[in-house]
Amino acid sequence: MAIRNSLTGQFLRRSSVAGARLMSSSSSWFRSIEPAPKDPILGVTEAFLADQSPNKVNVGVGAYRDDHGKPVVLECVREAERRVAGSQFMEYLPMGGSIKMIEESLKLAFGDNSEFIKDKRIAAVQALSGTGACRLFAAFQQRFHPNTQIYIPVPTWANHHNIWRDAGVPMKTFRYYHPESRGLDFSGLMDDIKNAPDGSFFLLHACAHNPTGVDPSEEQWREISSQIKAKGHFPFFDMAYQGFASGDPERDAKAIKIFLEDGHLIGLAQSYAKNMGLYGQRAGSLSVLCEDEKQAVAVKSQLQLIARPMYSNPPLHGALIVSTVLGDPDLKKLWLKEVKVMADRIIGMRTTLRENLEKKGSTLPWQHITNQIGMFCYSGLTPEQVDRMTNEFHIYMTRNGRISMAGLNTGNVGYVADAIHEVTKSF
Amino acid sequence: MRPPVILKTTTSLLDSSSSSPPCDRRLNTLARHFLPQMASHDSISASPTSASDSVFNHLVRAPEDPILGVTVAYNKDPSPVKLNLGVGAYRTEEGKPLVLNVVRRVEQQLINDVSRNKEYIPIVGLADFNKLSAKLIFGADSPAIQDNRVTTVQCLSGTGSLRVGGEFLAKHYHQRTIYLPTPTWGNHPKVFNLAGLSVKTYRYYAPATRGLDFQGLLEDLGSAPSGSIVLLHACAHNPTGVDPTLEQWEQIRQLIRSKALLPFFDSAYQGFASGSLDADAQPVRLFVADGGELLVAQSYAKNLGLYGERVGALSIVCKSADVASRVESQLKLVIRPMYSSPPIHGASIVAAILKDRNLFNDWTIELKAMADRIISMRQELFDALCSRGTPGDWSHIIKQIGMFTFTGLNAEQVSFMTKEFHIYMTSDGRISMAGLSSKTVPLLADAIHAAVTRVV
Repeated sequence: MAIRNSLTGQFLRRSSVAGARLMSSSSSWFRSIEPAPKDPILGVTEAFLADQSPNKVNVGVGAYRDDHGKPVVLECVREAERRVAGSQFMEYLPMGGSIKMIEESLKLAFGDNSEFIKDKRIAAVQALSGTGACRLFAAFQQRFHPNTQIYIPVPTWANHHNIWRDAGVPMKTFRYYHPESRGLDFSGLMDDIKNAPDGSFFLLHACAHNPTGVDPSEEQWREISSQIKAKGHFPFFDMAYQGFASGDPERDAKAIKIFLEDGHLIGLAQSYAKNMGLYGQRAGSLSVLCEDEKQAVAVKSQLQLIARPMYSNPPLHGALIVSTVLGDPDLKKLWLKEVKVMADRIIGMRTTLRENLEKKGSTLPWQHITNQIGMFCYSGLTPEQVDRMTNEFHIYMTRNGRISMAGLNTGNVGYVADAIHEVTKSF
Repeated sequence: MRPPVILKTTTSLLDSSSSSPPCDRRLNTLARHFLPQMASHDSISASPTSASDSVFNHLVRAPEDPILGVTVAYNKDPSPVKLNLGVGAYRTEEGKPLVLNVVRRVEQQLINDVSRNKEYIPIVGLADFNKLSAKLIFGADSPAIQDNRVTTVQCLSGTGSLRVGGEFLAKHYHQRTIYLPTPTWGNHPKVFNLAGLSVKTYRYYAPATRGLDFQGLLEDLGSAPSGSIVLLHACAHNPTGVDPTLEQWEQIRQLIRSKALLPFFDSAYQGFASGSLDADAQPVRLFVADGGELLVAQSYAKNLGLYGERVGALSIVCKSADVASRVESQLKLVIRPMYSSPPIHGASIVAAILKDRNLFNDWTIELKAMADRIISMRQELFDALCSRGTPGDWSHIIKQIGMFTFTGLNAEQVSFMTKEFHIYMTSDGRISMAGLSSKTVPLLADAIHAAVTRVV
């Protein structure tokens, strides 16, 4: 608001000056633009890179790392790339994206033998990873249900707020994380679902909630589904970690299966950034389960109409990799094996971190470290404790205490446990 | 434009056994969406299986894309002599898609390089790609680059660049009106409307001469309010193929600067239009040279054949390095909620080609070959029409530039050519020269001759 007022002032002042002076060197269309606030997560990594200490650890990173702290390209991805290189034209994909990739994505999320797929009830388009899928859906919600609100869990991935805000959808929040127990605020969540106006849209993380790592249990998911059904709300799932959370893609899609069994229509954002390590290739999909085929055709055509003025059609290379990996039985088997390795390493780090803390004699409860799921752990550290971790131990994380388990490895987990114990023990 | 809401009703008897509190609440929810239309309907079914129960039932199917419709109709045609002139991508003399040799080589290099990973790239894209893209359009010796007055961000091809630029201007610029030429690429109004700008038009194409309505253009821009944004096709105007001459560009530049309008260039065909990267960038460089501010959207879809890889860049030339830095920081806030960060593969290919002198030279050779083939198709078509004594002045075919030609054929003539000769193009008479070959030029000339002599 301040920016726009400033712009207005600039323009009013400028318009009173003779035309010839409009081109003076001091005049600039963009002079009144203020620098945007620094991205906090990026700031953590930048500070980490600037640190000279040989002991420094970056647990702010939002991507998987191996036990040597290195980025990983899956072997199934390398092989898929070798197969597609030189054998494909680089033609435009349809506005809705790669048909093959969409088919494989739907099977992964809804099941190979899904009735919804057979009945052609799902409208699906390729999207620019999970972010692009959320943005397409937010724009779709704004256009076709302009009087509804999106309910977003507290807390959630920071970009969710930006996405729905930029799409022009009013946002509300619902309780999710319970700081006292470092788990789920189930009763608060259920109350908020009950109290939301009928027909609201609810953003749900399908598994491995970001940033807390806290997921509902299967029984809790059933009750959530039932309550959402009772209120006629629309559930939109952000599933960025299928397979990567537990090592089992079917288990990670369990919440979605529960909702489908309850007869919900759902929206679903899928990302292949983490589970296939395709981060920078921007491979994802958005699907919307509809009442019937005719409706799915209409919905898909409108989704394409939203995508076209945004980027025309989606990028090819990542889609080729996904469809090749998931479409070939041997490569898919290899992928399942590799994604389990990643998930197991993270689960192992959770266990080891907790064990080290308890061995150090820490009297605080640390079971949330192993109860939480996925890449991120909401440690419970206060901002002051985080600052001490950084200043005294050169361990970098965001000030909300979120630790990326991917940044831990057998070489540094002991050191991190020592530091956590040091800053949390009472004097 | 929001499609009209259509509420379907069923005349079946209300089945009370299917009513339940959840269903009632669901219907109440739906009813609130339909309140303005409820009065026109007698009843609404309470059945949970009724289509009216669905949150998506009020959607109508979106209109078919007209250009896509041409290709769909072409694909359905069983004739062995059919011709698709609606396609918006380059084709070889054999009518096949083309992947440049230089692109193949680089892609193989990238894949063989096991040290490369697939990590997220910055929100603004690959740094190398951005720097080299700015150099390509502005010139390596550009003072704007040397003074650090340019900020460049990688985007999803030309469309993504236009959209990011449009949203940025809607947020941070004091004027929210953009002037588009008449006609312009069909996606332009949708891109800018959805970005939050309002669209107006200025005269560009003169149907009578099938050339530039230069006087109309000057008049319309001359009466645009100060500060308005003006979209300019840098070269190879789509869909007409009509470009201003350099002398005309200079007059346009003077007018835009004197009226303090903000130029936004769409450069989708650099190098592809004439065969020379520098010649095709000349209008943009003319504007940069005067020290003023402007935006440029670049695409590598056509000139590098990277269509589906979605490689593009948005550059904003500012008055000072400090302003450019602040502009970049705000561009990030436009991009992150749209797709977080751009795709890595295509940009890596482009950066490798622009960075390596030998690869770059090989690219310019292949690029010129594509442009030359299109230019020769224009000449061959013109010659074929002359040799048939086809009525009318067809010199615009060789004057127009780039992939597209506005033939001047009307909708009836186009329809005739489709039915009688199986030649497919959009109803405005636009043909894609890329769809022609020496073998198919005579067929097209025959069809045009028949159309103009038999269909008024």
